[in-house]
Formats: sequence, C-alpha cells, structure tokens
Amino acid sequence: MKHRTLCSLLTLGAALSGCAAFQPPQPWEKGVLARPEMTMSAHTLGERYAQHIYTSKEAASGGTGVGGGGCGCN
Amino acid sequence: MRRRTVTAALLAAGGMGAFPALAIEAGQPAPDVDLPGAVDVAPRLSALKGKLVYLDFWASWCGPCRQSFPWMNEMQAKHGARGLQVVGINLDAKRGDADAFLAQLPAHFGLAFDAAGTSAKRFGVKGMPTSVLIGRQGEVLRVHQGFREDERKTLEDAIVAAL
Repeated sequence: MKHRTLCSLLTLGAALSGCAAFQPPQPWEKGVLARPEMTMSAHTLGERYAQHIYTSKEAASGGTGVGGGGCGCN
Repeated sequence: MRRRTVTAALLAAGGMGAFPALAIEAGQPAPDVDLPGAVDVAPRLSALKGKLVYLDFWASWCGPCRQSFPWMNEMQAKHGARGLQVVGINLDAKRGDADAFLAQLPAHFGLAFDAAGTSAKRFGVKGMPTSVLIGRQGEVLRVHQGFREDERKTLEDAIVAAL
C-alpha cells in the first residue's frame, strides 16, 4: 500500500514537471524561428505588422517572422 | 521519514532544469571566455586585459545588430588608438549566415564565431544584440541590450568616459 502511494506520487511528480525539463530557446537560438517560412500564415508582411502592434500592447515579442530577442528592440 | 523522501523526490523532479543562467551585471568581473575562430583579435578574452573591450553578441538574423555594425566600425576607427577593442561574437548556428552578413556589412574590428553559444551562456545574454563594456582590469562596466540609432551618442559617451 505504502509502495503504491510512493509510486503514484512519483508518477504524479514526473507528470507535473513534464515539460519543465525542456528549456525555451535562448535569445541567440531564435534565428530559425525568425525565418519567413516559420510564420503561421502566407501573409508575412501583414503578420509582421500585426505582431508589431501586439508586441507594443503585450510587451512580448518573437515568432511571427520577427526575431525577438526578448529585449523588445525589434 | 518516508514522507520526507517523497517530498524531496517531488521537489527534485519539479525543479529539474529550472535554473536559467544569471545575467552578468556592472561591477562583476567579466567571465573569461574563449573567442572561437577569432579574427583580428586574441582567441581568449583574458588576453585583452589592459584594453577597454566593447564585447558585442550578434547574429545575422537580428535587425538591430545590422544597425550597430557601422557604429562599431566607427568606434574602432575613432578610439582604437586609445586602447578600445571592439569584439563582435557571432552566435549564428550556421557559419554561412554570418559570412553572408559580413559580405554585406564588413566588420573592421575583432570577430569570433561561437555557434555553440558558450560565451553567451557564460554572460547570461538575455536579448540580441547584447553589448558588454569591459574595463582594462577585466571588470564589467556596462551591459546594454539592443541597439537603436538614437543610442549611438549614449553608448559612445560611456566608451569615452572609460578610456
């Protein structure tokens, strides 16, 4: 019984930590993410524009064809 | 006792990989990093002691880095004789990308190519570009993220003040 509790707790712990082991890309590793073919839509310019507005409102950047290094300078 | 072991195991599982590198700050000694593939500069940072070093972490895909290159060329030409050494550490995963960038925007200062990002990790780079002004004794004087045209003057003033 005790053994089962321990096992289930460990499984729960592993499940909860799950994705924590994966590090987000470092600021200098975002070159590939900044490539045009990594954008979510075919309208790169429009997406960049939308992302620019979004960035200024939400203080977050990167992804939509914008090489965001986290400093908000792009 | 048993409960304590379980708690410790859970904490260990949860905390794994959750420690990002701390960014370097002014006043700390600069970590001594290798300058892989160094061009026009010594292959190790500590070898530059005695000079004022403007260390710049850049990549070909980073827009502000493109803006900073003419300025860094200007700084090296203007203040090089008084002991300034500009060093640009490239962090592109592919060397070809850096070479294409440099064909467009030639650099007239020291370069290094750290595709593994080891130096950036040691300095805890949080944004691209990041520049670190390192004094003659190897101490960090100033850390700056990003580059905008209107920052040229402020950045140059910091260099001149430290010369």
